[in-house]
Amino acid sequence: MDFFIQQIASGLTSGAIYACVALGLVMIYVSTDHINFAQGEMAMFATYLAWAMINAGVPYWVAFGLTIAVAFFGGLLIQRVILKPLEHAPVLALVVCFIALLSIFNAIAGMIWSYTIKQFPSPFPSHDLFGNGLVSVQQLGVVGVTLVMLGFLTVFFRFTTLGLAMRAAAQNPASARLMGVRVAWMLALGWGLAAAIGAIAGMLVAPIVFLDPNMMNGILVYGFASALVGGIGNPLGAVAGGFIVGVLENLVGSYVIGNELKLSFALVVVVGVLLLKPAGLFGRVIVRRV
Amino acid sequence: MAAVLEAKALSAWYGPIRGLYDLDLSVEQGGVTALLGANGAGKTTTLRALCNMVRRSGTTTFQGVDISRRSTEDIVRMGVAHVPEGRGTFVALTVEENLRLALHTRRDKAAAMRDRDLVFGYFPILQERLHQQAGTLSGGEQQMLAIGRALMLAPKLMLLDEPSFGLAPLVVREIFRILRQINEHEHVSMLIVEQNAALALDLADTVYLLETGKLVTSGPSAVVQNDEALRKSYLGY
Repeated sequence: MDFFIQQIASGLTSGAIYACVALGLVMIYVSTDHINFAQGEMAMFATYLAWAMINAGVPYWVAFGLTIAVAFFGGLLIQRVILKPLEHAPVLALVVCFIALLSIFNAIAGMIWSYTIKQFPSPFPSHDLFGNGLVSVQQLGVVGVTLVMLGFLTVFFRFTTLGLAMRAAAQNPASARLMGVRVAWMLALGWGLAAAIGAIAGMLVAPIVFLDPNMMNGILVYGFASALVGGIGNPLGAVAGGFIVGVLENLVGSYVIGNELKLSFALVVVVGVLLLKPAGLFGRVIVRRV
Repeated sequence: MAAVLEAKALSAWYGPIRGLYDLDLSVEQGGVTALLGANGAGKTTTLRALCNMVRRSGTTTFQGVDISRRSTEDIVRMGVAHVPEGRGTFVALTVEENLRLALHTRRDKAAAMRDRDLVFGYFPILQERLHQQAGTLSGGEQQMLAIGRALMLAPKLMLLDEPSFGLAPLVVREIFRILRQINEHEHVSMLIVEQNAALALDLADTVYLLETGKLVTSGPSAVVQNDEALRKSYLGY
């Protein structure tokens, strides 16, 4: 039984991280209708920035905040400089562009910081929560940060007019312009938010998997799986999907298929969802009267 | 009367294809101007060119300010509300969110809330449907929502692109009745594009008649209405 609870707890922890990655993907999908394959590498790069700051003596939470801010403006910049000129490009050109971004970030990180694995500090102590070896403060902290972020995003999109303008711009750009919404900036804002969320994911995962330029490779696949399970257009679904995938992956890994095949399980989930319920578990099918 | 909107030698292109040829047009302050003509006459194109939504040339001024090179968003923010062809409904947003969107560009939140009550006054059905997904509204309700969204921008000028499109005659009459009220009570000038010429001539004081991107004639609607030759050859009744 203890083993089972431990598996659930660590499943929820990795689920929280997948949820963050999925949230970043959803953010860009919702605001621009694209899937950003470079989401993981952007997160990794931001995590290196945090690492460099912490190594230079900046306190952890200051570095955490600064990294989020830098990532936000970095994402904004990528959209304005690289993607804006591709506004009318075919989707395949964009896919190539995202893959290029992926390898560019990977290569630059390797060039600056080398490919050797580095330790990344965690802000949460690793000792047990109740002293019985089941749930650690670290695990609780990771889940907590994810939930706070989800709360922030929900409030932002549902209750602020800026969030509403972003949703309108994504849904019907031409009509949004006619309501005075500066659509181009809404897209850039979506990228900025996605990059900031990715940075948080990177900083949460780095203490667990250690920091290296390839650390997000597998996690991005889980992130995709989570986003799809939850419904790619739905932030709440992305987080639920993250937790579902995290827990399932751990249980299936430890009881059924063994740890080596865990990543393939994520791909099975992707294919399964696309076959059986393409809108995802929480995806809203938009009703339209014609 | 002064013109709220003026266009000189307005032309527009879709790619290499020219859709509008050197149109001179003016909308009187507080007046209703109708753009009439058959399919493909360039009516929608004119509205789009005025808002810089297509490649265009010529000069446009709004309340004396040159808006020829302003972005669509800026023109809207200056007080030109464009109710587009097909209504431009945000289908996955609720009715309430469709209307609230206007708050994004407005600084005067209190006045915006008053405008919301104004919209509900004209279109009580929108208040009933407030939390419904806008995509589930009927065509007439979506047209009302589109006009309501435009009203929420507190416009000086409304550009209306075929508000009668695809709607039952009763609903169309209701919408035109409300448009007249909006024009009279809120002092919103209007430039309206219509295929339904009889209806538009009734509402408008000035008419521009287009054919394949060129101006055929313009003048007071009474004059056009009484010119049988014009009516028969261009307006089909």
